[in-house]
Amino acid sequence: MLAIFFKRILLAIPVLFAVATITFFLIKIAPGGPFDADRAVSPQVLKNLNEAYNLNASNWEQYVDYMSGLLRGDLGPSFRFPGRSVSEMIATGLPVTFELAFYAILIALVMGVFSGVIAALKRNTFLDFIPMSIAMIGICVPTFLMGPLLVLIFGINLEVLPVSGWGQLPGDKILPSLTLGFAYAAYIARLSRGGMLEVLNQDFIRTARAKGLTERMVVIKHAMQGGLIPVVSFLGPAIAGLLAGSFVVETIFQIPGLGRFYVEAAFNRDYTMILGTTIFFSAMIVFFNLMSDLASLWLNPRSRDAS
Amino acid sequence: MNNNSLWSDAFYRLRRNKAAMFGGFILILLIVVAILAPWISPYSYSYQDLNLGASPPSYEHLLGTDVLGRDLLSRILYGARISLLVGFVATAVALVIGVSWGIVAGYVGGRVDSIMMRIVDVLYGLPFIIFIILLMVIFGRNLWLLFGAIGAVEWLTMARIVRGQVIGLKNQEFVLAAKAMGVSNFSMFRRHLLPNILGPIAVYATLTIPQVMLLEGFLSFLGLGIQPPMSSWGTLIKDGVESMEEYSWLLIYPGITFTITLFALNFFGDGLRDALDPKTSDN
Repeated sequence: MLAIFFKRILLAIPVLFAVATITFFLIKIAPGGPFDADRAVSPQVLKNLNEAYNLNASNWEQYVDYMSGLLRGDLGPSFRFPGRSVSEMIATGLPVTFELAFYAILIALVMGVFSGVIAALKRNTFLDFIPMSIAMIGICVPTFLMGPLLVLIFGINLEVLPVSGWGQLPGDKILPSLTLGFAYAAYIARLSRGGMLEVLNQDFIRTARAKGLTERMVVIKHAMQGGLIPVVSFLGPAIAGLLAGSFVVETIFQIPGLGRFYVEAAFNRDYTMILGTTIFFSAMIVFFNLMSDLASLWLNPRSRDAS
Repeated sequence: MNNNSLWSDAFYRLRRNKAAMFGGFILILLIVVAILAPWISPYSYSYQDLNLGASPPSYEHLLGTDVLGRDLLSRILYGARISLLVGFVATAVALVIGVSWGIVAGYVGGRVDSIMMRIVDVLYGLPFIIFIILLMVIFGRNLWLLFGAIGAVEWLTMARIVRGQVIGLKNQEFVLAAKAMGVSNFSMFRRHLLPNILGPIAVYATLTIPQVMLLEGFLSFLGLGIQPPMSSWGTLIKDGVESMEEYSWLLIYPGITFTITLFALNFFGDGLRDALDPKTSDN
């Protein structure tokens, strides 16, 4: 177990290094400098700016500079917001995005696991068909459509919930979290139904029933531990998807989180911000994938004993 | 059911699956409509009736008009061309990369295989959506780049599936026989391995198309995908969201079209999987 852990971490370091390097040089070959966008800048100002941001040095020097900054956790200054550093902006946006992702995952897990397990237990009844049809809708209606539809229904027609913001009006966190969580609830429902069906047919469940355990004990203690492994393995990649979802949800609901900063940086061609957030997102996703792999290893006795 | 090939067997099972047949029907309808868009759409996609502005569905404009007085039905029909084109072309790109990668890794095996699959593992763990956005920002938003970028992301699962299938095949007698007869590597891939793994490839390709279309919609929604005057369903939804408070039909009709298409593709893909591999149809 511990050996696997260290092996994976050792693998993650060169990967992140490669990501940082590739992104850095991709941005260097991008056409146009960071300061020649909308308004014309006088040559003298441009020269000073380039000097201030050390853009006259060779690419290689800048690269070495950036990478050594990276090791200290310094992602450089933002080109679009003078006086603010990229690390600072990530630090302001991150808690918001984390909170949103946390609520979304919570909604997804509660709704998904509950309906998936019930559907598996009551197979081929209405308690199976109805949640699974809803799950199909959740998978087919994209986040960027679900969000506006929820706004249209609850915000504009019924006028019961605020349509934008984060933490300013009571209840303004409900619609964004639901929007982001619903698609994952759907996937998790399907995964836990499939996983449970597979486990429920196995011998150890029959044994558990034969020795007279109550149905509740059989399901909760024996079946769910194995049946939910697919859900746990899904959570790592789901974090990556949540990130993409947060781009959309934070844009729709005007939430000042990391996802919206990224999309804005992409529009403004704020290259240092793009570079910094890309590296940061990659590190986060590699980390969460690692965690979810370890958790599913640990849940599965066969691989736990083998290692 | 004696003497039937895998494909006719599968087709028989597929025909009995109502949801899949319905999905397939919708799909064919959409493809026909997309191809015929210039001839069947009531107006040109760029024709503006500025006096009209945004108008609700009426007899002249069955789905209403947008803020610039453009006929929504016509725009949805033309949008089908772009959305489906992205879906099919980007999936084809993913298919070519994934199948070649998987066949080579699986057939050659050994060290080459472990290096190639390790690369796939590493790429799996990266936030690709960010790299697509990065590429669109750096190289400008052009359609071919979009195909390439999405295809370059979606091939990973295909490579894994194909590799697994090839490993299962490569020690069977017919492959060994072909090898003994001195068949070259390339014709081994093309004549002997590829035809035997077409089933899983077809299934996965069908299920990749809706994912690709979602990705395109996502990018267009953020304003990083298809650029005006071209429009995909993603851009129509984006426009609809901007004016949904007064003109909700501009969001609802493109939304319904997009969702039904994704439904159809998913049902058809699921049906195809069940038909080609009856073992999995229980789950």
